[in-house]
Amino acid sequence: MTTTIANRGLPAAEDIVGPTPGQQMRRRIFGHYGLLFGGTILGIMFLMAILAPLIAPHDPYLQELLGRMQQPVWMSGSWDHILGTDHLGRDFLTRLMYGAQISLLIGFAAALISGVIGTALGVAAGYFGGRVDMVVTFLITVRLSMPVVLVALAVVALIGGSLTVVISVLGLLLWDRFAVVMRSATMQIRQMDYVAAAKAVGCSTPRILLTEILPNIVNSLIVVVTLEMAHAILLEAALSFLGMGVQPPMPSWGLMVSEGKEQIYFEAWMITIPGIALFLLVLAINLVGDGIRDVTAPEHRN
Amino acid sequence: MLVYTLKRLFLAFLVALTVSAITFSLTYLASDPATAMAGETASDADIEYIRTLYGFDRPITVQYLEWAGRAIQGDFGESFYFKLPVSTLLFERLPVSMILGVCAISFAIILSIPLGVLAAIRPNSFLDRMALGISVVGQAMPSFWLALLLILIFGVNLNLLPITGSETWKHFILPTIVLGYYATPAIMRLTRTGMLEVLGSDYIRTARAKGLSLPVILFKHALRNAVIPVVSLAAVQFGFMLGGSIVIESIFALHGAGYLAWESIGRNDLPVVQAVVLVFSLFYIVLTFLSDLLNAWLDPRIRVG
Amino acid sequence: MSAVLEISGLTVDIPVAAGDLHAVRGIDFSVDKGETLCIVGESGCGKSLTSLSIMGLLPKRAKINADKMQFTGTDLLSLKERELAAIRGNRMAMIFQEPMTSLNPAYTIGNQLMEPYLRHKKSSDKEARERAIYLLERVGITAAASRLSQYPHQLSGGLRQRVMIAMALMCDPELIIADEPTTALDVTIQAQILHLLAELRNEFNSALILITHDLGVVARVADKVAVMYAGKIVEAGTVEEIFNQPLHPYTQGLINCIPVPGKTARGSRLGSIPGIVPTLIGDIKGCSFRNRCGFAHDACDTNDPFHTLNPGRGYRCTLDVPACEANAKELASA
Repeated sequence: MTTTIANRGLPAAEDIVGPTPGQQMRRRIFGHYGLLFGGTILGIMFLMAILAPLIAPHDPYLQELLGRMQQPVWMSGSWDHILGTDHLGRDFLTRLMYGAQISLLIGFAAALISGVIGTALGVAAGYFGGRVDMVVTFLITVRLSMPVVLVALAVVALIGGSLTVVISVLGLLLWDRFAVVMRSATMQIRQMDYVAAAKAVGCSTPRILLTEILPNIVNSLIVVVTLEMAHAILLEAALSFLGMGVQPPMPSWGLMVSEGKEQIYFEAWMITIPGIALFLLVLAINLVGDGIRDVTAPEHRN
Repeated sequence: MLVYTLKRLFLAFLVALTVSAITFSLTYLASDPATAMAGETASDADIEYIRTLYGFDRPITVQYLEWAGRAIQGDFGESFYFKLPVSTLLFERLPVSMILGVCAISFAIILSIPLGVLAAIRPNSFLDRMALGISVVGQAMPSFWLALLLILIFGVNLNLLPITGSETWKHFILPTIVLGYYATPAIMRLTRTGMLEVLGSDYIRTARAKGLSLPVILFKHALRNAVIPVVSLAAVQFGFMLGGSIVIESIFALHGAGYLAWESIGRNDLPVVQAVVLVFSLFYIVLTFLSDLLNAWLDPRIRVG
Repeated sequence: MSAVLEISGLTVDIPVAAGDLHAVRGIDFSVDKGETLCIVGESGCGKSLTSLSIMGLLPKRAKINADKMQFTGTDLLSLKERELAAIRGNRMAMIFQEPMTSLNPAYTIGNQLMEPYLRHKKSSDKEARERAIYLLERVGITAAASRLSQYPHQLSGGLRQRVMIAMALMCDPELIIADEPTTALDVTIQAQILHLLAELRNEFNSALILITHDLGVVARVADKVAVMYAGKIVEAGTVEEIFNQPLHPYTQGLINCIPVPGKTARGSRLGSIPGIVPTLIGDIKGCSFRNRCGFAHDACDTNDPFHTLNPGRGYRCTLDVPACEANAKELASA
């Protein structure tokens, strides 16, 4: 009697036709204001950085000592220098655009270096466990005990500040979060049945790492990448602000704030404008990171 | 608990040893210390003289062991610039950094834990969104820029607070806010997620089924468990704050250890820089060790093994 | 005898993305002092939500409605949260499915056991402690006094569930609700815990509602049984009535799934119920079991009547009793 039973028009859960995964993803992305806002700002900053040589109104290094410290157009300035000029008469808007190049370059490059180091260490520790894990955990602890700003300042000052040095130092210092997050993510995945299944059918370790582990931790990896990009950008700005990072006359935003500091009593806009640019860029990167986490793993949202 | 403590202690010791070795190797990172000490006008003979005088010609391991051995006794050598024992300088400057650190972490905890708890009790409420806003803004705000803005508003425009120096308690208000705000987002977020997770747990349902009152459920049953990871984070943040104090101290001209380190970096005064790095690292190690013990004490699963 | 708990027309709706989930769709039952009511059904049928709604433990977004929801004459739905809290843990208590996670890891057994007694009875520490020790002994825990200072992680699952039972009994409640109390435990421990529950119900003379998906458990401890399917009670009766004369095809199917020693041939297939549960989002017209029922006919698409044979005995089907009995025979022989 169990052979044929009519459905008799009762809807099952599967019968409620929902949006496809693609539609759901699109809906989540466009329903996520933080992600949209962050993405837009980040896009603008990118364009500004890439197109700076084409669209910047002036030369970032050209000094006009007669036209020093002109105020922005909405204060007393002219349309020739929309955001005014700095203490050496260089166009502020132009320097801001070129500054985006430096910040983004440092963010990407430092996150890349530290990402490679940290992910390698973290995945190795999480996957192999035992002694490897002990050594990596120890390295993470040692790294965390060293004060980042202080060590970075000292090293950059000792070697001499340049873009390459700042990038390398930050890259070598900021791998800890990658290692911590990748380690715990890998540990979770390692215990999954599909990893055991892959082992059982005789897959090699590199193959398991590449095809079973990596695709499943890539979401958390992206989130950490954004966090560390933001971190590196903030650190570079702080180092340059303290005079031990990117050296003048390069248009680093941190350096611009530092140069404006002398005028804080008279020309407050000189620290406000590059500060806002820095704040917006870091905010945008963080929002994109949070957004990616929410959109790719909605079940982990609280 | 005793075994646990000893294990942690041994680990802390190993970490301290490694950190001290790294710190020491800073000396040889870029330049020859003898050249640096002698100054730009020195002749080759002068440099050689200094090299033998300070023992820079001996094997690095020997130098390290000697340096570490003296460091344990609190002797970090003599400052190239001040021509004073580094320990004297540290004694003078460390208290200022400590006061700043303690004020800042207290400020951060007092602000972030209640906000995190309230946000978790009513997710997606106005308060939750406000807390989220504070944390998103806080994470993106460059601390040196926030410091300058506060100086601009409170020091220059309103003329309410002093902006440089470390003479009175008023001098510490702005630095405390800047440094404390830096740690707020992380602590608040962890408190919120911890509380949310705990509030959804079976034992909170049990507590409600027992008819306990809301404050008892929230503070006795939920917060106690949610706060365990927050303790470690607060310790870590406290350690980071000392490192970050270099930026804040230099802006507000607070004469603490961070300011000393910044000045010394500019002057190539290596013994001082090494000493500050080492002391800050050791402080962090001690802090995390203590927080591990506190954690174990809070969590009976570790305490009563 | 007046009922300890009397419920009629209870509905629980939970708003979800696709609409309202009608998880409980109008159920009636009552339990008396010293009586055990078993609510049986598969996961998702609404049995746990029913128990949580009685205790007032559902999240705020769940909408509870009932024609009648009386606990010893008090209307539970009209109570404020604070008044309800004064009853919870005091006059009605609950035992949960997961003994491993239902105790707070940060506090000792003693602390958690004494908590409801201290709150509701306003007793001294000493009194609460004595009561805790007495009950720990009563639920079969040895060295009870020394257990008080132990933490949950030091106890096995079975012991923890005994602690949960002792905790439920602390204030001598009139009603105990046990939601799958043995599901998470080993089979041997399950039997002990069930035995204990039945024994304690007799001794304390309270009403017991036992939620389970296991008919074997029902046969052991129940006085009355309510079979739930898709948010409705499809059959109710005494335990004898349900097992001797199952009328609803779902009940019949469940009973066919139980292997009987000596009767079920080794290697033969046990009964199973084909098909899947309908979604409870949106409104369901007619019988919700018709897509899994071999006897469904056109009337089932629109009708879903409940027949009360006598107080406490009834079934939900479009067919009459003789037809249902005939179906039972056909199913059993299939």
